[in-house]
This record gives sequence, C-alpha cells and structure tokens, in this order.
Amino acid sequence: MRKNLISIDDLTRADIDRILALAASFAEVSGREIKKVPTLRGRTVINLFYEASTRTSSSFELAAKRLSADLVSVKSVGSSVDKGESLKDTVLTLSAYDPAAVVIRSPHAGAAGLVARWTTASVINAGDGKHEHPTQALLDVYTLWRRLGTLDGLNLWIVGDVLHSRVARSCVLAFTRMGAEVTVCGPPTLIPREFEQLGCRVAYSLDDAGEADVLYALRMQRERMAGAYVPSLREYAANYQIDGRRLGAGQLLMHPGPVNRGVELASEVIDSPQALITQQVESGVVVRMAVLYELLAGSGAPAPADAEPAPAPIGAA
Amino acid sequence: MPPRFDAPPLDCASHPPVDLVIRGARLLDPRAGLDGVADIVIRGGEIAEITEGANAPDGAEVVDAGDLTAVPAFVDPHVHLRTPGREDEEDIDSGTRAAAAGGFCAILAQPNTDPVVDNASILAALRERARREARIPTGFMAAVTVGQDGEALTEMAELADLGAAGFTDDGRPVARAGILRQALQYQKLAGRLIALHEEDPSLSGHGVMHEGAVAALLGMAGIPSISESTMIARDAQIALYEDAAIHIQHLSARESVEAIERAKDAGVAITCEASPHHLCLTDEAVRSLDAGFKMNPPLRSADDRQALVDGLRSGAIDCVATDHAPHAREEKEQPFEVAPMGVTGLETSFAALHTDLVEPGVLDLGTVVERMTAGGAPFGLPVPTLAAGQPANVTLLDLAATWQVGEPGYESRSANCAFDGRRMTGRVRMTIAAGAVAYRERSWAIGAVPA
Repeated sequence: MRKNLISIDDLTRADIDRILALAASFAEVSGREIKKVPTLRGRTVINLFYEASTRTSSSFELAAKRLSADLVSVKSVGSSVDKGESLKDTVLTLSAYDPAAVVIRSPHAGAAGLVARWTTASVINAGDGKHEHPTQALLDVYTLWRRLGTLDGLNLWIVGDVLHSRVARSCVLAFTRMGAEVTVCGPPTLIPREFEQLGCRVAYSLDDAGEADVLYALRMQRERMAGAYVPSLREYAANYQIDGRRLGAGQLLMHPGPVNRGVELASEVIDSPQALITQQVESGVVVRMAVLYELLAGSGAPAPADAEPAPAPIGAA
Repeated sequence: MPPRFDAPPLDCASHPPVDLVIRGARLLDPRAGLDGVADIVIRGGEIAEITEGANAPDGAEVVDAGDLTAVPAFVDPHVHLRTPGREDEEDIDSGTRAAAAGGFCAILAQPNTDPVVDNASILAALRERARREARIPTGFMAAVTVGQDGEALTEMAELADLGAAGFTDDGRPVARAGILRQALQYQKLAGRLIALHEEDPSLSGHGVMHEGAVAALLGMAGIPSISESTMIARDAQIALYEDAAIHIQHLSARESVEAIERAKDAGVAITCEASPHHLCLTDEAVRSLDAGFKMNPPLRSADDRQALVDGLRSGAIDCVATDHAPHAREEKEQPFEVAPMGVTGLETSFAALHTDLVEPGVLDLGTVVERMTAGGAPFGLPVPTLAAGQPANVTLLDLAATWQVGEPGYESRSANCAFDGRRMTGRVRMTIAAGAVAYRERSWAIGAVPA
C-alpha cells in the first residue's frame, strides 16, 4: 500500500479488503475496557481542518489517540491560516514537527494532493472540496461488509445532490471496486454531465429504486436553493425524499450525516431498524484507525488485535 | 482578403540594424511558395537577396545554418505583459525577450492590466516604455469598455489615434449584446479590429475547468463548451448586421469551430485564433489537479482538441496565439479551484506544435508556420515573409534539437508554463525582428563561434 490516501482510486480491492480486516480487529480492541494500542506511540498525527467538521475530525482524533499517537489539531479559525498564511507555508511549518501523518480537510479539490507534495509525512484526505472523501467511503463499505459479509452483486442507489457531494464520488468508486452495482439518482441539475463515466448508472427518478438493496441518501444543503438547482426543498422532498413509503421492507438505508430530517429523509426511516446511520458513525473510528495503521505502521507491524494493550496510566483504576 | 484596417503602430527599443548572411539554411515560407536551401543576405536590417552561394558583404556576420530551417518570424496577437500593475509577473522587457526566444517578431499586448488600458494616458505611457524596453515590436490593445466593466465604451477614436492596435475586454466577455453592438458601430470611427473573449457568464458560472467526465470525477464546477460557442454565434450575427469585423480570441471547443465556420460561410468578417495549449492538451491533464493546467477558456476534451487541429489545418482558424499569461509562483501553488487562470506560452509555442502536431504527422510544418505568422494580419499588420526588399523578420529553427521545457530557465519572469518539464523537439536558435537580432539561443550561439 502506498504512503498517502488521497483518492479511493489509489486503492486496489486487496487494499480495501486489508483495511476492512484491520478495522474489524480494531473493533475487537474497541470492545475492550482499555481501548488503546501502543502502535503509534511517539509518533505525531496532525489534523488540519479548513472546514467545519464534527464527525470526521472527532473520529480521526479518537483514532489517533487509540493508536497512542501524539495529536495536534489545527482548525482554520483562530490559527495562522486565519491570518492569511498560505496552505503551503502552513504545511511547511507543521512539517517541521516531523509528523508521521497529516490529515487534511479542505474546501478545495486537490488540496490533499498538494499537501502530499510539500511534506514527507503520510497524507490522508479527510475531504477535499467536492472531489473525494475516501475514509467516508471506506467506513461505508465497512458498515455494509459487517452487515452483509460482501458487497459483490449488491445493488446500491445513491440519492440526492451528487453534483456537490465528495461522498458520492468516493462511494461510487469504492462500492463499484468492491463488486457492487451503483446507480446515482437526483434532479438533473444536481448530477454532473458525463457522471456515468465513473462506472455507475444515472437515474432522475426513484421509480425503479425498488430494485435496490441499499438506498444511500446524500445531504441536501439548504444553500443550494440560492443557486436555483431545485425550485424548492418542498419539490425536492416530493421527488427524492426517502420515507416509509419509498423504503422497501428488505432495503437498508444509509446517510453520511448530518441528516436534514424532513428533507432527504423522513423521520420514520431514520429511526427504523433498516437504517445503518448510527453504525456508520461507529465504523468511522475503527476504519480511520485501520487507515492510520495501514499507512503508518506498514505491513511489518504486528496485527493490532495481537498487540498488547497500552499500559494503564499510573493511578488508573 | 485585403486587410480591412491600416497597420497600427508597433513600438520597440532601437536596436542596430543587422548585416548578416544566413548560409545554407532550408528556407520555408509557404505563403511565398518557398521551400529549399538558399542563403539569405540581410543588409541594413532588410532582406537584400535570397540566393545561392551569396558573398558576404564587408563586415557582415555569417551564420552557418546548414542544419537549420529559416522561416518568417512569428506574430502573436495575444500576450499579457502584466504591465502596469504586476511587473513582478512580467514586464515589457521580460515579456518581449520571452517572445523573441519563442521566435516572434511582433506581439500585441492585452489591456487587462491594473489599471486597465482604457484611456490615453496609460496607453501613451506604455508606448513610451516599449520604445525604451521592448526587444521586438509591440502593439498595445485598449479596452472596449471603461475598466473592462462592460458598461460604457472607452474613447475608442482617441485611443486609436494614439496608437491602440485594436480593442478587447480580454479576460472577460462583452457580456451585453447592446454594448457590443455600439462598439461595433463605433468601429467605423475608430478603424481598429475588436477582439472578443467569448464566454457567457451565466453559463460558465463559477466553473474552473471544462465541463465533462474529468470535471465530474474531480467534483469541480465545469465551464460548458456552449458558454463560448453561443456567444460566438451571437456576436457573429451582430457583426454581420453592423458590417463590422471581429476577431475571436482563444477558441477552445468544437462547437465554437462550427460556429466560426457557419459565420464565415455567411460572409461575416470574422477571424479567430487558437492557442498551442488548446491544440496540444486536453482536460485529461487536469486529472493531476495541477494548477499549471488551469486557464480560461479551459483545456477541453480530445474531441474538441481534434476540432481545433482540423480547423487550424483547414484555415477555419486563422492563426495561432499564445494567450501568454504569466502568474506568480505563490498564486499558482494553490489548490486548483483557487489558483488564477492562465499559462505562459511564448517560449514553447513553436516547439509544442512541432512536437505534438508536426512530428506525429498531424499537421505539416508549412501549415504551422503559416498560422504562426498570420496573427497580426486581422489587425492590419503586414505578414512577415522571406523576400528581397522586406524588413528582416526571420526565425532560425533547429527541428532536430530536443530540450526540456524550463530546464534552461525562462526568459519570462514567470514559470507557469503548461508544458513545464515536457521534452520537446524543435528549438528556436535565433530571431531577427524588424531587422535586428532579438534573440540568440545561448548554447548554440557559443557553439557557433569559430575556434
């Protein structure tokens, strides 16, 4: 496996299989009372977030801490970034601390790739503009794999604002690589031209969504109304909201969060046992541990579940 | 078609007219029907004769050009010299040196500077500076609208009187049809060509690259081809209605080539240009997310590129223009979506076309030379030619020389070349512009000195 995780396109199916197995063994560690392993003790992970984020940043922080890494979190607000420092200078500055990994979230496509040019640390893309969000796609694959055992032959529909969604891009690439058939569905104004060249089908209505094994809803951002992409949230919901009527009995439901209740999803389906939304969040930590482990510890390190738990701090119960 | 406009004045620092004999080169000037080995005798900056076994006049330098090809020097109607305002990116001296290194004997500078060239004093100051600094003859375009804001016409007649080479709001379209119509009506008074950057802002929006499969994959906002072609179709109709002449800048899309062909068939006085980067590269290059491939109009699909090449061959596209657009390094070292649009191209234009189109047999060398020398003609400038009695505008090319772009550095102050790092075949060894030596390639010049 390579040094950086910038795009799902960087990963082979074997790479993803290995990350799934690693994540499963970390899930076992997470079940223990002491959830830490010493794998990355003495190594530094820098979280560099240029966009507001709750679940991605917190799960990366937890993942690094459970691997015993030293963690520095830099948010754009209140940092030198706020004072107009360029991305390059910020990265060069932080690289002087000799980090093992830089996790970057940016509003701009390609930012993670640029960072990788400027640092010798491993770079993990935690979302770059509308381009990719590879660890989200990996945790989605993991969630489905835990539930179903395989994605081979799975029929998956991704529904909503595909145009502005980095999750959609990474998920199409990851799901298809794992053998699933993917359809993206949304208003024609919110599906990029030639999107089918990513290896998926494109549909503009949910009429045939009954064929799907999994419905994956995307967040519909209210600010898209300003761009006249859809006439109203009401009309959007009428055509694309997944509710109790549209969610078939055997279908699973996913969503990357945060959910707009009453827009892309009706409350009744969010709370139904068919929804994997909470499991997706749980998967976030172990999958990000697996990615950090895979990139930093390398194949020579002992498998995490075999590793000794970190010694309990002095004075701990 | 006879030129519609009188030749606008070009400005250049004074350089001593040269006495020179170019011996044994292959002379290639398709327009003059010239293709064969002969000597060019240049006396007092003028081509005195083209002959075989010429005797060198007393004191004349003799250039042994047995391995070289001599062509009429190139003319670029689309260069950004960034002066005034961004002299850190380019100035008249560095930009015209870059042009000379690319084999050009004349260029036209665009007015989208800071401040914009939209009044007499800025134009006069630029012309004066060019008379001190310019290595090769340089013309200055002025803006169509004040501040290039698309609202009010500049004093086009006065600007033309003071030497504006033409008018353009390049960098932006003249978005409102009514304003363009008035500018084209006013052309009858100003007597200069109006060049147009074609883009419908309501279609291009916040786009940063060609709208297509690569943009879909990268999640970047696209600029659809129709944002260019619909404006060309609109403006061609306005020009026809007003019996005015327009020149379409930097064509990028198949639909645009088709719009040009239809307009020409309909008798519109329309000319157009295409850039080496659009003729050689596609949006596949943007997969790298390298801001070195970001420009406006964007690199488009392979099919668009094919249409441009076919248009250049057929003559639907009249000339090559570099749209040389220098940018500071720190501005290009940003994520693709934030980095500014534009790439440099003066020093690589011939080599790029030679490497990507002539060598693979897509275009013949003569066509490339014709289109690279034709850029001034729509504006009324004479087309350089290899003929006795003409001012010496000659470029010596080494078609076999291979080199790596950027490896010897750039004459330009900026290094944001779309071809940076590429290996190319074909190198400009010497440029004679308006009768003076404007450029000699260093290693070759040193090697040429007799022991």
